Amino acid sequence: MSEECADSANCCGSCDGAGDRGSGAVLGTIRLQVQRYRPDLDTAPSVQEYDVPWGQDTSVLDALTWIKDELDPSLTFRWSCRMAICGSCGFMLNGVPKLGCEQFVRDYAPGPLLVEPLENFSVERDLVVDLEPFMSRLAAVKPFVVADDVPLAGPGNLQTPEQMLAFHDYAMCINCLLCYSACPQVGIAADFLGPAAVTAAVRYNRDSRDHGEDLRLPVLDSEAGLWACTFVGACSTACPKGVDPAAAIQQAKAAAAKAWAGEFVLPRHGAVR
Amino acid sequence: MQTLRADIAIVGGGGAGLRAAIAAASANPELSIVLISKVYPMRSHTVAAEGGAAGVVGEGDSIDKHFADTVSGGDWLCDQDVVQFFVEHAAEEMYQLERWGCPWSRKGDGNVDVRRFGGMSEPRTWFAADKTGFHLLHTLFQTSLKHASIARLDEHLALELVVHDDRVAGVLTYNQRDGYPVLVEAGAVIMATGGAGRIYAQNTNGAIVTGDGMAMAYRAGVALRDMEFVQYHPTGLPGSGILITEGCRGEGGVLLNKDGHRYLADYGLGPETPIGEPKNKYMELGPRDRLSQAFWHEQRKGSTISTPRGDAVHLDLRHLGAAYLHERLPLICELAEKYLGVDPATEPIPVCPTAHYTMGGIETDVTTATGLPGLYAVGECASSGLHGANRLGSNSLAELVVLGKVAGEQAAAFAWSEPTGPSVAVRTAAQDTGARLVSMMGRGTEKPALIRAELGRTMDDGVGIFRTAEGMAATAAKVAELKERYADVQVVDTCPVYNTDWAGVVELGAMLDVAQAMVHSAIGREESRGSHQRLDGFTERDDDRFLAHSRAWFRTEGAPTISYAPVAITTSQPARRAYGAAGAAATAPPSAAAPGASAPEGASR
Repeated sequence: MSEECADSANCCGSCDGAGDRGSGAVLGTIRLQVQRYRPDLDTAPSVQEYDVPWGQDTSVLDALTWIKDELDPSLTFRWSCRMAICGSCGFMLNGVPKLGCEQFVRDYAPGPLLVEPLENFSVERDLVVDLEPFMSRLAAVKPFVVADDVPLAGPGNLQTPEQMLAFHDYAMCINCLLCYSACPQVGIAADFLGPAAVTAAVRYNRDSRDHGEDLRLPVLDSEAGLWACTFVGACSTACPKGVDPAAAIQQAKAAAAKAWAGEFVLPRHGAVR
Repeated sequence: MQTLRADIAIVGGGGAGLRAAIAAASANPELSIVLISKVYPMRSHTVAAEGGAAGVVGEGDSIDKHFADTVSGGDWLCDQDVVQFFVEHAAEEMYQLERWGCPWSRKGDGNVDVRRFGGMSEPRTWFAADKTGFHLLHTLFQTSLKHASIARLDEHLALELVVHDDRVAGVLTYNQRDGYPVLVEAGAVIMATGGAGRIYAQNTNGAIVTGDGMAMAYRAGVALRDMEFVQYHPTGLPGSGILITEGCRGEGGVLLNKDGHRYLADYGLGPETPIGEPKNKYMELGPRDRLSQAFWHEQRKGSTISTPRGDAVHLDLRHLGAAYLHERLPLICELAEKYLGVDPATEPIPVCPTAHYTMGGIETDVTTATGLPGLYAVGECASSGLHGANRLGSNSLAELVVLGKVAGEQAAAFAWSEPTGPSVAVRTAAQDTGARLVSMMGRGTEKPALIRAELGRTMDDGVGIFRTAEGMAATAAKVAELKERYADVQVVDTCPVYNTDWAGVVELGAMLDVAQAMVHSAIGREESRGSHQRLDGFTERDDDRFLAHSRAWFRTEGAPTISYAPVAITTSQPARRAYGAAGAAATAPPSAAAPGASAPEGASR
């Protein structure tokens, strides 16, 4: 099995191995140092090493699936789309949060490459982390259009290109949570909403169809909400989709401060803009 | 085993399952709904759909045209009552998504824009750049969070349906996070588990697209219908199979062989349309089955381009310019750059046909009901009758929401009118099934990775774009052999939580059952229609014998039983299916169909 490359996606059909993995030339072998942890047996995580042959197109995810198919079926990680849109395969690669499917082994050669679970999450098993805290934070910011019920007949809402632009990039978040791994505050302030959840709130707040800013404000405008952010900007650097959560958080802070100032003028900040 | 009770259980958290959940919760907030997904819902493969969702809104367009395109696109194997319902409700569902926040691409005046798509006679495909599925999925998922009556079981792998007293009684699942089986007792179950594209070696699908729901319904005695119809998308990346949207061609992209020739003109799709003037139903905007078949012929002729990743043709987008490409097709630019090192603004993208979509699935009627009382099915896992022998691009995202809503409302009505109580028999049966499946952990000798790889190869070989009796028989024999080996399949991992080795093996079992239904359905269909094309004497459509849906019935031992059921024909009698100038001639009024008149019109409009 050692002479096939680990390029699960790209098959040249010339190898006799497990069929759909294999491809043109094997360009080298890289040592992957993968963090393992099995909760029912292990007291602490450990690192296991695997030597993986790779070719031009072998992604880090391909390398992991090759290990799982050829060397060690117990290696555990999440993945699905392999095209950087489902958000499943975030890992720490040599200490940096990345999507495994869009990182290529050739860029880490000759290695070794250290693969660890996303930082700032508790580890469920091997490279699988606990997403539940994020899921509840996402739900907490009410990430949906709050509007009066409008009958469906008719042409729908109009939205000019400028109105679209106000929220569009923030709607690109794939919930991969690399930003939570990059953010120093997520590690320190346990209740911090975090970059992606705040971004989801701001995405709807800035959508001309939405009237829910008022409902989201109490969640955002709290110590654990927005204000834990110290504007390091690591989230925006880590984001594989160019979302810029740091900008979203800054906009939310400005809006919250304005709403706070408004309290002195108006009896309550209104839902109608 | 933990037991939960719910009024409605929905299996699958993609577009169809989420739309059904929202519809059920809206229809009756008193019903308890459990949404079961083997991944977090926003990971579902709806996320990877790119091009758009069809719904008639444009001036000059009509639901009659959408109906006609869909029925002819499906080579008259569509159930026309279903098509009629679908085209009548597609646009309102697009508007519903708009109200829920879907960022549809818009025109300068703020109205929603539509783009051209293959086989569609008018621009009617709503799009959110080239991430339509992603936006649709996240919009539906986030909207579902509004509804307190929707409880989620995320990362619960559905294992088997439980049937009692000839009606569905629930779903047995496995909680990956905590590591034990969970029975969801429910009198109404909606299957929304997506397709089965991973059965093929080269496919556009994510790892999770393994036909689980199809297999569960099939094993529970429900027919899988029209399983021989598997769509090859004409433009996947060679090797990986990553999808390059039809939207590229809708925006004006052209396909070139190794000589730089727009070869589609040689396959009944011409005359050639000028570069930069894409024309509906001509050339690159022909239907997917015809385009994939044309590639196959070009490959046989030696006219394709040899690349390190496999044979390909060129998808040329250069004339669209960098700015337009980044506005309309940003994901395509990103994918081409990352996975091939190609900038589509300066270089053509190598592409080839790739297994993409299962037209067939769990047999349902227009209400999404299956033959098993209480069981509904919707989305790619279902055969609603909408797509016939070949689906038109952008009809499936629309189907998720149009019929997803129907499924939710139907299940809600059924659950309300025919509630079920707890049953010892159901719990015992589920307990036994769970114990049997869990006992696979740590046993067996046959490597699942090998079985999976051999399955993919034999499906590509025997039931690919073109088929022969000999090739299909070889694949049938191979699948039977793989099923035998699967009886002793190896699961190395013994850990109860996140045992993805074991989960992959459970999925492989589903893939083998579904593959067997596909190949035997294909063997039975002695004609060529839509995506089922034969080279062995059955090269023509045969309406006398096969204007019929195939139905595959599961048998514990051996091949499935295949039977046939009539197609619902309402207003459109089967006719010759033609595109390009021939298509224009066939549909034009007699005076305009004179030879010589249609071809120049086809070339210039």
